[in-house]
Amino acid sequence: MCFGLVATPPVRYNRTTPREGREPARIMTEIAARHVGQPTERTEDLRLLRGRGQYADDLAVSPRTVHAAILRSPHAHAEIVSIDAKAALSLPGVIAVVTGEDVQALTDPFLVALRQPLHQWSLAVGRVRYVGEPVALVLADDRYLAEDALDLLSVSYRELPVALDPAEAAQEDAPLVHEAAGTNLVSVRDFSYGDPDGAFAAADRRIALTTRFPRHSYMPIENFVVVAEYHEGDGAWDVLANFQGPYSTHPVMARALRVPGARLRLRTPRDSGGSFGIKLAVFPYIVLMAIAARMAGRPVKWVEDRYEHLLAANSCPERVTTIEAAVRDDGTITALRFDQLEDYGAYLRAPMPGPLYRMHGAMTGAYDIPNLAITSKIVVTNRMPAGLVRGFGGPQLYFALERLIQRVAVELDLDPLDVIRKNLIPAHAFPYRAAAGALYDSGDYAKAIEIATGDGRLDDLIRRRDAARAEGRLYGIGFAAVVEPGMSNMGYLSTLLTTEARERAGPKNGAISLATVNVDPLGAVSVSADCMPQGQGHETVLAQIVADQLGLAPDEIAVNLAHDTGKDPWSIAAGTYSCRFTPGTAVAVHKAARQLRDKLARIASNTLNLRPDDLVFTGARIQARDNPDNAVAFARAAGVAHWAPATLPDGMAPGLRETAAWTPPELAAPTEGDHINTSLTYGFVFDMCGVEVDPITAQVRIDRYVTMHDSGKLLNPLLAEGQVLGAFAQGVGTALHEEFVYDSEGSFLTATFADYLVPTVNEVPRPEILHMESPSPFTPLGAKGAGEGNCLATPACLANAVADALGIADPQLPMTPKRLHALMAARDEPAP
Amino acid sequence: MRELNGAARHRIGFTLNGRAVSGWAEPRLLLTDFLRQELGETGTHVGCEHGICGACTIRIDGRAVRGCLYLAVQADGREVQTVEGLADPDGALNALQRAFRKHHALQCGYCTPGLLMSLTDLFARTPRPSEAQILDVVGGHLCRCTGYAGIMAAAREVAAEP
Ligand code: FES
Ligand code: FES
Repeated sequence: MCFGLVATPPVRYNRTTPREGREPARIMTEIAARHVGQPTERTEDLRLLRGRGQYADDLAVSPRTVHAAILRSPHAHAEIVSIDAKAALSLPGVIAVVTGEDVQALTDPFLVALRQPLHQWSLAVGRVRYVGEPVALVLADDRYLAEDALDLLSVSYRELPVALDPAEAAQEDAPLVHEAAGTNLVSVRDFSYGDPDGAFAAADRRIALTTRFPRHSYMPIENFVVVAEYHEGDGAWDVLANFQGPYSTHPVMARALRVPGARLRLRTPRDSGGSFGIKLAVFPYIVLMAIAARMAGRPVKWVEDRYEHLLAANSCPERVTTIEAAVRDDGTITALRFDQLEDYGAYLRAPMPGPLYRMHGAMTGAYDIPNLAITSKIVVTNRMPAGLVRGFGGPQLYFALERLIQRVAVELDLDPLDVIRKNLIPAHAFPYRAAAGALYDSGDYAKAIEIATGDGRLDDLIRRRDAARAEGRLYGIGFAAVVEPGMSNMGYLSTLLTTEARERAGPKNGAISLATVNVDPLGAVSVSADCMPQGQGHETVLAQIVADQLGLAPDEIAVNLAHDTGKDPWSIAAGTYSCRFTPGTAVAVHKAARQLRDKLARIASNTLNLRPDDLVFTGARIQARDNPDNAVAFARAAGVAHWAPATLPDGMAPGLRETAAWTPPELAAPTEGDHINTSLTYGFVFDMCGVEVDPITAQVRIDRYVTMHDSGKLLNPLLAEGQVLGAFAQGVGTALHEEFVYDSEGSFLTATFADYLVPTVNEVPRPEILHMESPSPFTPLGAKGAGEGNCLATPACLANAVADALGIADPQLPMTPKRLHALMAARDEPAP
Repeated sequence: MRELNGAARHRIGFTLNGRAVSGWAEPRLLLTDFLRQELGETGTHVGCEHGICGACTIRIDGRAVRGCLYLAVQADGREVQTVEGLADPDGALNALQRAFRKHHALQCGYCTPGLLMSLTDLFARTPRPSEAQILDVVGGHLCRCTGYAGIMAAAREVAAEP
């Protein structure tokens, strides 16, 4: 097993009762976790390594297909005066040009979570609001011709003043991005939990800072792909896209297309070239290509290019946070006050403003802080619309919160680790209800920190720092303690609404996962489920889970997660986002396999004349627990359900196909007092690192990085490690390299990989990864979401280390040499 | 030198993974598009079409090149090797592919064909590359998923094989 750097054996805590104990009585056949928990190599790799993946752009299309290219706005804000398509249309091979007028006539604007007139269509209608906004679509015989025709389209614009900086855009006299809204500050909500005013009045100290979390994207290497076809006879669309969910946007697309959901069949391919949240943002293009296909009477294919992707696909929102702590002299934090202003760009695309509310119940992080005040503000600007980016609101929160912890330590002259320890939620408090409503399922944060800092790791960092400083070098140590949410509550976004508005809209809560396991007449097992894997290895993990339940080997389980809304199980929460696979889809698959097992046990008990409880499933056989020779082959028992339904036990449905649904009761709707349990599982991450800053080049070198994870039970440690390593590399990108840059007119300056710096191997050291396991009591598998932790922790941890190295209070992200140079120069300037 | 008409399609032929292939291409057609669309060999991926991500890397006449910076007509008459040609003749994964699997060097697998081809190129010319040489080659690729640790481990393992 390749856990080269896992220095500590997993620590297990069995304090909690597994969820299954609360469910109705079940047949208790013996189940051996032979495969779950093993670092099984991936089945996906067998096709991907041979170049035989099935990505969206690899799949065959009808020979009638035409190809689309998009003309995009060169202006951040302008009226569209006219579009002249004559010359483009006269080019041989060009089939049609689609403009905002067509789109306005044939579709409705996308639904918006806020009741505000922020109308967005799939092409600009009348006005462009960001550089890169789609203005017109050309359809041609091939992509090269379609791009030729773009050059022949002539659009005249009347430029308008722009609102770019979030704080300036929020001012009353700022140019309006959406005139009908009358303001750019489209939502302001105040929340209070406990007695923050009292705590601040009684505090020894109040310590505050302001952070800006910049725009960037963990853009995948595969761009967006859409193939859309309209079937005149059914009045229905059939669309293939590398969409990732959440499927709460499926109704948004169907509504825009003015059809019931069943007439928008959306298929996703088996393989997707990464997503990290980003491929949610393909949905406006699904609607655009759908309309184009209907107009052209032919299938339409569009493949986004990298320039388009960088310019206009997706960005995380920029957040400006002023955070203040009420502190006692000993470092105890008694209250927090957040003032958050989040910039969503030109439009509020569904499910925005998710990032601002996804962490809402858990804003106090890993700390036991009873008093909390939050002001959450949403501003629109003339920049590309924001959307899902791995971490999804967590990196923004933790950059502010963990920087504040470091500042508290500096200002009180305490050790930052002592400030963290003093405020941690104690182990005995789990399940722990946080001030704003999150119900943390399990954990032992102090223990996790003890393990991470133990074995001489912290001493080594200190030794390195002291040695470097003794030589006059700039060396610093950083820490970050982070609670990593998994599987979002579908009700969290309604925290955005007032209690009265929520009542009018009806309660929203839960997070439904669905999966189907099928056993065919010869005993072959197949699985389909409501997730859209983008490299996580879901096929492998689901095969491990089903194999354990049915006593088979993982390679006997066929898992194909290509998804079809017309045929496969799904509900509103479907998709692969917010770490919902492990606490969600995996559980639904587990349940479906379990149902099949119960059914097969009853069938086999008939044959073997034993009670179902006395059976074990192993080695493709169902056998008596105490007499392995008394057995029936798995395939034979399965065959009975298909070939001889009349012989089945009373009341048993024929066939062997089980669909299971799973929604945990802990995910309740927001309360009247705005308490919300935003997620189901809460893992813990503790990071610690040493960095050195070059005094001349101002470059940051990561000297040593330790990351400690408690993600509950690990279903496959090899894949869990992959999630940590990938998220860590992205966290390094956020901390040091990646930023979308606009000039003062709103032009986009980072539209190639030469300008937008994705870290290469030379920028990403291998961190030391440690694990412990506090199983979640709220999921039958005990596993928690584990895909985002380092996106939350690493930027904060590195910023704390740089702040320590340079003795600065305000390290801004990304900490590029240019920025650090300026900070170092300012620091070294003699006071006037 | 062959003369090409910019508006016409030309017959192009080359050896792909040891097999003669041919198809039609306008002079401006990228080799990546020719491989994927004309020949249907979709193992070679396109991530940026400006030469940086490395997903499109293939070998031509024994040298690694960016397929997105190469015209199909330039490949006429040459020897082209792509990811589809890496497995052993009996279809089993080769040593580099096996090492990628073992070390979880791929997640989405989109960058993988390019990395496999660049490393194949490195090992063909330098059977026992140093750490710096491996870093140099892997550093020419972008991977968004893995943080590169598994890729480096796989490459090191192959470099150390007898
Ligand atoms: S696609 Fe060729 S280098 Fe990115
Ligand atoms: S494995 Fe996804 S980009 Fe490398």
